[in-house]
Amino acid sequence: MAAISREILKRRGIHRSPVMATIGTRSMASWFGHVEPAAKDPILGVTEAFLADPSPDKVNVGVGAYRDDNGKPVVLECVREAERRIAGNLNMEYLPMGGSIKMIEESLKLAYGEDSELIKEKRIAAVQALSGTGACRLFADFQKRFLPDTQIYIPIPTWANHHNIWRDACVPQRTFRYYHPETRGLDFASMMDDIKNAPNGSFFLLHACAHNPTGVDPSEEQWREISYQFKVKNHFPFFDMAYQGFASGDPNRDAKAIRIFLEDGHLIGCAQSYAKNMGLYGQRVGCLSILCDDELQAVAVKSQLQQLARPMYSNPPVHGALVVSIILGDPELKSLWLKEVKGMADRIIGMRKALRENLEKLGSPLSWEHITNQIGMFCYSGMTPEQVDRLTDEFHIYMTRNGRISMAGVTTGNAGYLANAIHEVTKSS
Amino acid sequence: MASALASVALSTTFARAVPLPENSMRIGAEKKHDNPLFKGKAFRRVSMAVSVNVSRFEGVTMAPPDPILGVSEAFRADTNDLKLNLGVGAYRTEELQPYVLNVVKKAEKLMLERGENKEYLPIEGLAAFNKVTAELLFGADNSVIQEGRVATIQGLSGTGSLRLAAAFIHRYFPDAKALISSPTWGNHKNIFNDARVPWSEYRYYDPRTVGLDFDGMVADIKAAPDGSFVLLHGCAHNPTGIDPTPEQWEKIADVIQEKNHIPFFDVAYQGFASGSLDADAYSVRLFVRRGFELLVAQSYSKNLGLYAERIGAINVVCSSSDAGTRVKSQLKRLARPMYSNPPVHGARIVANVVGDPNLFNEWKQEMELMAGRIKNVRQRLYENLSEKDKSGKDWSFVLKQIGMFSYTGLHKAQSDHMTDKWHIYMTKDGRISLAGLSLSKCEYLADAIIDSFHNVD
Repeated sequence: MAAISREILKRRGIHRSPVMATIGTRSMASWFGHVEPAAKDPILGVTEAFLADPSPDKVNVGVGAYRDDNGKPVVLECVREAERRIAGNLNMEYLPMGGSIKMIEESLKLAYGEDSELIKEKRIAAVQALSGTGACRLFADFQKRFLPDTQIYIPIPTWANHHNIWRDACVPQRTFRYYHPETRGLDFASMMDDIKNAPNGSFFLLHACAHNPTGVDPSEEQWREISYQFKVKNHFPFFDMAYQGFASGDPNRDAKAIRIFLEDGHLIGCAQSYAKNMGLYGQRVGCLSILCDDELQAVAVKSQLQQLARPMYSNPPVHGALVVSIILGDPELKSLWLKEVKGMADRIIGMRKALRENLEKLGSPLSWEHITNQIGMFCYSGMTPEQVDRLTDEFHIYMTRNGRISMAGVTTGNAGYLANAIHEVTKSS
Repeated sequence: MASALASVALSTTFARAVPLPENSMRIGAEKKHDNPLFKGKAFRRVSMAVSVNVSRFEGVTMAPPDPILGVSEAFRADTNDLKLNLGVGAYRTEELQPYVLNVVKKAEKLMLERGENKEYLPIEGLAAFNKVTAELLFGADNSVIQEGRVATIQGLSGTGSLRLAAAFIHRYFPDAKALISSPTWGNHKNIFNDARVPWSEYRYYDPRTVGLDFDGMVADIKAAPDGSFVLLHGCAHNPTGIDPTPEQWEKIADVIQEKNHIPFFDVAYQGFASGSLDADAYSVRLFVRRGFELLVAQSYSKNLGLYAERIGAINVVCSSSDAGTRVKSQLKRLARPMYSNPPVHGARIVANVVGDPNLFNEWKQEMELMAGRIKNVRQRLYENLSEKDKSGKDWSFVLKQIGMFSYTGLHKAQSDHMTDKWHIYMTKDGRISLAGLSLSKCEYLADAIIDSFHNVD
């Protein structure tokens, strides 16, 4: 083993020669000489660069965390109240392996419908998960273990971490066309082609609402067609729903795609996250659910999901789950939450309008209607990486190089500045 | 297989409405075609309501109950008054109630008053937490800290931290094996299995002495291929409660050095074993002093009672700060597709407690109380066993063992007897959790152990 490391180190050249430890009774070469520095995460790296910039004009429209109209992070009132009730909580004992039962119950009602028969029939295997990431990863691991010959179809483009998740779970990936750059909208015809051409019984990752990073969602009629085609092809729909309530302001409306698929009799999987819609980013709370044939199967599937979670983190963190259970379980707090999430969604919709109007007033030669057509936290502006670089270098505006703007970072204070900068770098194109 | 069943179901349904073109339901059919079922929305909807999808998860069987967490479930179901839960290792007061430490309540109150936000932590976790956790483990003035040679990532308690390390081993040392003690915490095997790191066992527990099989341990570590990762319990070995002496630790370090192995510590009980944070870090610091590169997983579940918050860390001591930086970046790459970034709440609690001198002192006192209570019940249990058992058996191992757990030496049938006759819940390997024992129940437990030991084969 040591010989292997030394070989690798030798091949590296002088500047990588092993550094000797200077303390202790012996010197030694490092075991970790062959460990390369990892590339920076493209999304989180943007915020790091932003924080390091001293310019007073700087704007962060990079990472997808909600900001108020003053550009400040927000903790919802309903969350604060829930935390007040939790403080001094006598019991920090381990949650059961699948997580908080109450939180799971409430999450299923939110996703599947308050009065869903499926819930009453106990057909849904569900566990608390580490936010959306954890839910997707558990599903990917489950897919690998129980359906080892399957692969996952992922839209182009998608949240970058989707690729990492299924890759680390060792599930092969394919892609399907989604975004149409020319219209900055949905390439529905190509998407349907790819769905039809995939082998029967393929697994598809679908964004339930507020597609990340494009903000482009199928219309209700298009969802119905997609659902129909999935039936024909016997595909498995896995929904990543990270923005329920946050997209339109109405959680039921945002779950429409899922409800259509359920009406059509699909057996779905669903990852839910409370990071954005409850502002619980750092608490890592979400839910993974898989709709099964019957209660017996749901119990078996749930037990296997727990079995996958046990050697990853044993059981999930309690704090965020308590917050969610208290809010959704208390009619007054739930009302307050619905108001607050609508408030966030409305502010973003307002900023979309403002940004578009500003660009049009500046006399931009390009069309910017996609800004208001798209939905949710992100806007796929259509700008090139070079244009994005100019925005950063000349105007101290930070976003990911795919031209994705986090609308949550736009305020009445900076919408004009942002529009002006975008206009400057795009007016000659 | 499921697809075939589903297709049959679908074609049966649709066949009632319209004859199906042969090629449209073939498995794997990839050519484009005009599907007659596309015509007419109303028609489509009726078919939808009738069709049945057969789940792809037909073949998924029920997972076996977790041997440790399953014990508590069985205990809860028992209605007998005398029942005693000596299963899962969660601390209980003398009244057998869960215990939230005072310093934790104070820290939470502070956090609430400050009204801190809930933004994402960076992938590596809360910086303030990472700083204090490494200092707690190695000592703030340790040269590895001074020289910036430790890569520390906040992890999901001990389990999550171990898993990150195992995934790192799999990726960067794909030919390496892990060596784990026989016995060890059940989940260690699951972690290495799911991370696809092969493992084998080294002898540890000696049933004849109910103590450490030191010669066996050294021999097995020596026999393993060079460059193996040796999983060591920093203190309060789980499940046996048997720790090597300082002299034995030196010899273990000798053989690890000789074989060019990499030490991998699991430290789940720092402060909780002896009552002293520094004393419990002795073994880790010994290896660091001797110049090893090593890995250490930490947990705050027991010593700060933060079980459900899932707070811990993985530390990798490297020979240079450059190596540390690179290793840290790759640990982050493993964490991102697992959970993106770790939960903030528990990290803030630890950072607040350890970072405030008053709270830190108070914590040390509370920890001494918890460890002290366990030492007291060990003493009482030992006395009861010695008085009541007339066979002359040596029960002193109860005193020699340390930490939350005690390996009683009872085998499976005897452990089952403890449950079936005495309503005492424990794991089948003969492990009892002393944290779940009160002084008032020691006599009852002693009776049960004596009965099970002598009367069950």
